[in-house]
Amino acid sequence: MRAAVIQFPGSNCDRDLAVAFDKVSGHNKQTQMVWHKESSLPQGLDVIGIPGGFSFGDYLRCGAIAARSPIMRSVVDFANKGGYVVGICNGFQVLTESGLLPGVLMRNAQLKFVCKDVGLKVETTDSIFTNEHKKGDVVTYPVAHHEGNYTADAETLKTLHGEDRVAYTYTNNPNGAMDDIAGILSENRRVLGMMPHPERLNDPELGGVDGSKLFESIAGSLVSA
Amino acid sequence: MKARVHVTLKNGVLDPQGAAVRHSLRALGFDGVEKVRQGKIIEMELTETDAAKAEEQVKAMCEKLLANTVIEDYAVEIL
Repeated sequence: MRAAVIQFPGSNCDRDLAVAFDKVSGHNKQTQMVWHKESSLPQGLDVIGIPGGFSFGDYLRCGAIAARSPIMRSVVDFANKGGYVVGICNGFQVLTESGLLPGVLMRNAQLKFVCKDVGLKVETTDSIFTNEHKKGDVVTYPVAHHEGNYTADAETLKTLHGEDRVAYTYTNNPNGAMDDIAGILSENRRVLGMMPHPERLNDPELGGVDGSKLFESIAGSLVSA
Repeated sequence: MKARVHVTLKNGVLDPQGAAVRHSLRALGFDGVEKVRQGKIIEMELTETDAAKAEEQVKAMCEKLLANTVIEDYAVEIL
């Protein structure tokens, strides 16, 4: 599996995400780090990670400036051609701002930064990110965000539910997100955006391995030469 | 030529920040405040000298970057 992680000024989960990809990538397939000013991606990628953090200081709106950076044009092209992309936390915000995923992440309903482990229910196994799970599995991932309140119009929500594109919901909603939505898939099911951080619970040394399954699912599906 | 853009949340979109400001105003004794909506103002200086063209350009900027039209409305003033 060949993975890349995009880095913006203010990204702070980029290395964690690269470590998580490296762990499942196998022999010498080092995750490539790609700076936001690059205009093209490395050749032969299977999956791109958009990391968490506070890209561009969350100026204007979370993820707004990052979504218009040069590399994101290539990431959007990559996704439109069927490439796999996962955006975590700020990465999810970047994906909604870039138009790859519908809706928007608004300020948490209680106006507080939430930093804790939360329960997540796996709502669909029909994606390369969740296919190692059983539908309804409950896992624990950490969240750490101020803008995780998923908001979309009624029609968009209906489409997401109707097309089985809600990937994860919170078991105990920490931020006011509509329908407890914690993660969603694109129409072609190849782009995942989620607020919780699987890469932060991916090693016993970090206190748990619940997050590993997401990366194992990706690697198991993307067996490349 | 100067332009001023007002970005506000659309009607019906919950504005927790506005609600917090209203609560704080009430706590200070301003009882007559029924609703508060918070937005932002973006001012810019443009090289364009034609007002109609300037407005068109700023509207394009709003659509592409300055506002997220999923939840926000914008209004453009050319000064």
